[in-house]
Amino acid sequence: MRFLLRRLAHAFLLLVGVSILAFLFTALAPGNYFDEMRLNPQISPESVRALRAQYGFDKPLPVRYADWLNALFHGEMGFSFANNGPVAPLLLTRARNTLLLTITATLLAWGIALPLGVWSAERLGRTPDRLLSWGTAALLVVPDLALALGLLVLAVRTGWFPTGGMASVDFETLSPLKKLRDLAWHMILPATALVLSALPLLVRHVRAALAEVLNAPFLLAAVGHGIPRRTLLYRYALPAAANPLIALFGFSIGALLSGSLLIEVVMSWPGLGPLLLEAILARDLYVVVGGVLFSTLFLVGGNFLADILLFWADPRIRTERSAG
Amino acid sequence: MKVPSPFKTWLVALVVLHGIVACAGFFAPYDPVEQDRKSPYLPPVRLHLVDASGHLHLRPFVYTLNLQAGSFEQYEEDTTQLHPIQFFLSGAQYRLLGFLPCRLHFFGADNTRIYLLGTDAFGRDQLSRLLFGGQVSLLAGLLGAGITLLLGASIGALAGYYGGWRDTVLMRLAEIFLALPWLYLLFALRAFLPLAVSPLGAFFLIIAVIGAVGWARPARLVRGVVLSAKERDFVRAARGFGASPAYLLRRHILPETYSVLLTQAAILIPQYVLAEMTLSFLGLGVPEPVPSWGNLLSSLQQYSVLVSYWWMYLPALVMVPFFLGYLGLASALQERGEAYKIAGRSLGSLM
Repeated sequence: MRFLLRRLAHAFLLLVGVSILAFLFTALAPGNYFDEMRLNPQISPESVRALRAQYGFDKPLPVRYADWLNALFHGEMGFSFANNGPVAPLLLTRARNTLLLTITATLLAWGIALPLGVWSAERLGRTPDRLLSWGTAALLVVPDLALALGLLVLAVRTGWFPTGGMASVDFETLSPLKKLRDLAWHMILPATALVLSALPLLVRHVRAALAEVLNAPFLLAAVGHGIPRRTLLYRYALPAAANPLIALFGFSIGALLSGSLLIEVVMSWPGLGPLLLEAILARDLYVVVGGVLFSTLFLVGGNFLADILLFWADPRIRTERSAG
Repeated sequence: MKVPSPFKTWLVALVVLHGIVACAGFFAPYDPVEQDRKSPYLPPVRLHLVDASGHLHLRPFVYTLNLQAGSFEQYEEDTTQLHPIQFFLSGAQYRLLGFLPCRLHFFGADNTRIYLLGTDAFGRDQLSRLLFGGQVSLLAGLLGAGITLLLGASIGALAGYYGGWRDTVLMRLAEIFLALPWLYLLFALRAFLPLAVSPLGAFFLIIAVIGAVGWARPARLVRGVVLSAKERDFVRAARGFGASPAYLLRRHILPETYSVLLTQAAILIPQYVLAEMTLSFLGLGVPEPVPSWGNLLSSLQQYSVLVSYWWMYLPALVMVPFFLGYLGLASALQERGEAYKIAGRSLGSLM
């Protein structure tokens, strides 16, 4: 248990570190929302100064950070100038959408990568394995952007899939089940793009990790005992190969989050990506800081989940930590 | 029998690819910002060998594309006159490799313009823009990776060699950088920098941003190598003879990290080219009219372009051979590193 607690504390400290760093950057940034305002001849310098004072921009940095933390605990996360309201509600729905897309993509990618990698490792060096290796290499060299745009072209040309947003116009009137179907329908395209961009790396790692284990003596012994192939692969070999894969799981969440940022913009999925882009173009820095913090939260959460998985899957870690 | 090592093969392929982009002015038939307002969104021209009356020509030729009467975007071939493709002819002036003034172009045609990859909304040649855009994107990737490796190597060496509180602080900082999804980090850094800048300013700005984002991973790898290298006997011996830390790092320790840095470079460069593409695609990078692989694609954000003008998508695929080259190079380097390690280990066990 101490292992998990320590990881939790570590995750928390990381979040604090990121928030301080992000805040430092906002302070160092040349130009903020008010600077853009100052260029507007219809707004007098006095009113800009008054606004700066009203939003606490004239206070020293540590005070502003404390204010911001205070706002964070009151569920506001600072003020969005472009949207004239607190940042948190703005971010929350977007973050939920991003999370929805990323979790779906993560589950799908791993759900496909695991059996595919195992299947490939079992046939190591034979034709199916070779073909799959070529396939993953081909996917690996196509950049995300080209992949997303290509899928979009496909969707627009064929009309098979919706090409933007996450709900149909009549979404509110649908029954719960139909709502779910509508959502899944809209998610197909961005999720496919994400899965395809993440898949090759995952398959390769699963294959490599499993190929290493498959040569182990204990598996040979298991084969000698006549244990069926499927049990052998999924109950004996996979858990033994799990350690590096679980580390990869945490990493893959980060990669998928990054990937989804771009794909959300391309496919107009109303997640953090488009919001962040708008905020950057409007120099609405608190939204940017909030978005970055949310993404870090997801990633840290994902890594913590990976730690829990590791704790659960690897008895060595349990005994090691409780003894130490 | 001598089989070229995979490392060399990939390297040669990459050098050729980069060479073509570096000599963009020669291979591109036209100036990348020159507009041909009479032919916007011209589809890629067809190369013919057989003319309208059925005669075979050995030299490929093209027909001029003219707007159909009463249409704004439908073109038809003017088959009355054929224009054979000419090689090594003189055309728009450019600077070869950035400094040599030159007029020679690889191909072109007399009395007409050849658009092998079509034109964009302003009638600019997509092939020329693609080649010149490659200069911007690839240079951004190379310089960005250079900055990252320099930063990563110095920070990693500092942390690994001196240890103690420096190590703790730097590695905690690295952890924070690694904890952020890198595209978000890139966005955040870009957000804090000015938006409206000249193309050249924007170019250096994004190189700095891209370069600053990725230092954490190479720094950790270099730190690991330095940690083990500084305890090696020959390093201790040199220290015993009174070598200064700077000398030790330069002469004995940093050379140990070269293979790690090289592998990292092969991984980072395509990633950074992609980062530049992403930023420019979203309008946060190199602005028009300067072409880059990213802003060549940005017009695709409009569905109408995506649907009607398929050739505008072609620049998206140009990264593929480069990615392939770098992927091959990285895996060849990794294999070589592993072989080296295994050889070293068996040698150690023998002794």
